[in-house]
Amino acid sequence: MTLLPQKAAGFYCKMNIKEKIIEGFLFACSAVCVLTTLGIIAVLLVQSVQFFSEVPISSFLTDTQWTPLFADKHFGILPLLSGTLLTTVIAIVIALPLGLSIAIYLSEYASKGFRSTVKPMLEILAAVPTVVYGFFALTVVTPFIQKFFPGVAGFNALSPGIVMGLMIVPLISSLSEDALYAVPRHLREGAYALGSTTLQTSLRVVMPAASSGIIVSVILAISRAMGETMIVAIAAGQQPRLTLDPTVPIETVTTYIVQVSLGDVPHGSLEYKTIFAAGLSLFVITFLLNNISFYIKKKYREAYE
Amino acid sequence: MNNEQVKTIKNSAFRIWAIAATSVGLIMLGILLVKIGMDGLHRISMAFFTSLPSRRAENAGILTAWVGTLWIMVTTAVIAIPIGVGAGIYLEEYSRKGAWANFLEINISNLAGVPSIIYGLLGLEFFVRFLHMGESILAGSFTLALLVLPIVIVSTRESLKAVPKTIREASYALGASKWQTTWMQVLPAAAGGIMTGIILALSRAIGETAPLIVVGALTYVPFTPKSVFDSFTVLPIQIFNWVSRPQAEFLVNAAAGIIVLLLITIAMNGAAVILRNRWQKHVKW
Repeated sequence: MTLLPQKAAGFYCKMNIKEKIIEGFLFACSAVCVLTTLGIIAVLLVQSVQFFSEVPISSFLTDTQWTPLFADKHFGILPLLSGTLLTTVIAIVIALPLGLSIAIYLSEYASKGFRSTVKPMLEILAAVPTVVYGFFALTVVTPFIQKFFPGVAGFNALSPGIVMGLMIVPLISSLSEDALYAVPRHLREGAYALGSTTLQTSLRVVMPAASSGIIVSVILAISRAMGETMIVAIAAGQQPRLTLDPTVPIETVTTYIVQVSLGDVPHGSLEYKTIFAAGLSLFVITFLLNNISFYIKKKYREAYE
Repeated sequence: MNNEQVKTIKNSAFRIWAIAATSVGLIMLGILLVKIGMDGLHRISMAFFTSLPSRRAENAGILTAWVGTLWIMVTTAVIAIPIGVGAGIYLEEYSRKGAWANFLEINISNLAGVPSIIYGLLGLEFFVRFLHMGESILAGSFTLALLVLPIVIVSTRESLKAVPKTIREASYALGASKWQTTWMQVLPAAAGGIMTGIILALSRAIGETAPLIVVGALTYVPFTPKSVFDSFTVLPIQIFNWVSRPQAEFLVNAAAGIIVLLLITIAMNGAAVILRNRWQKHVKW
């Protein structure tokens, strides 16, 4: 550096500082992600700790009634969790067979042209705002179900569950298809050489080889369904009850948070803190599911070549 | 029937079932579009776009809703684009492989899986209360910006990854610094992919309802917002409000509002697809 003229040295020095400042800014941008995670955890924990200082955790986890907005208050999360569980199970029962069949068909049977037309069309399903699906569940699917089963209530778990299932079909089909498509060709050719049909090859050779990718797609779909809000808020009702009957109104964790947010519950009150306790329960479950899927993806990554 | 025939029949049966399965979603989409068109199309008029919400369904319009959506979209973009692209650049170009990079990566995947309503709770406590932004456009936009950040970051990284190393090396060989290389060579080369990601992220943001309800967006706003500190409503919340009312006339309004919302969403997604295809055809390394 000493050989450089004074001016050039100054220039390089200035440039160096500028580079450092920019790198610092970029680093700060990436740190926003970490801060967001910490922020979510902090907010949920702080409010929940205050909540649990007034309501014992044991009654939160075991009480079978959730009535924080009534005079006779009960704070059992089970009815909300059962609502979430019920709609999620219905959604997965619909989405798994459909999504997996589509994935196998697109990966193993369909022509290239068919595949490249159908895939983006299915992805439109995932891009539709969920409030639109809520409208659809309430005004089309529920009346349709009632035509065949007149006993079904106007608000129920079945209709939003079905619509939610159709919404997450693309999630399962596209992630599973990626996994199936990645299975190397020679495994299939081995099966064909033994006289297998395409179906036998798909079910007994390709699918087992891609199983971890398929499981990951299903776990992510479950997590997505549990966090879904607007479809259930519109079409499932707002009556927390501990039931597995899909024909009566229920309330999910997410719907409860929306319900409280729409009313005017004073900040700092126990009712206000309930939405954070409910949110924490939801966050813990989805966080566990997501991390299980990362773990599976990492641990059981198929390496054939 | 011998074994050979049985397995051929099963194979054909699966083919039919799978085509049916593929059609189910698309048929539902078709029914949805027809239903919304039949219910709402006749309700759409100039007055629908220029009227304030009203207690009387036939007078109600979406003026405050679409203006609010526009405000939210622009403000969210202003916040999310620099942070998201910046973080993507940092992860792809600057950070060394190591514990911190791994941690960031897991963190971003986790954030992408957090239910949107949880972001609403974060926004409510942090932006609305702690930073005293109130139930304003600003608080809503910050909340949505954090929500779509993973989408922007991931697409930025993918696009940067696709730019070949030779471009960077040529730039370094000419004496350019790291930032000069990134800013003048790598970013322009990756711009198409990044734009696609940004459009998809914003299309996701304008369809979101739940986090904004939690942050305190109102269901009834009798005025259009004038600044980012005003209270607001957005199109999906207006639709939700109309859907939740018992009178059938409001469902007509909801259907009309959905037509507008869907047109915006489909236009944005279409633009993203076209951009992506043109980019892939254009750039051949």
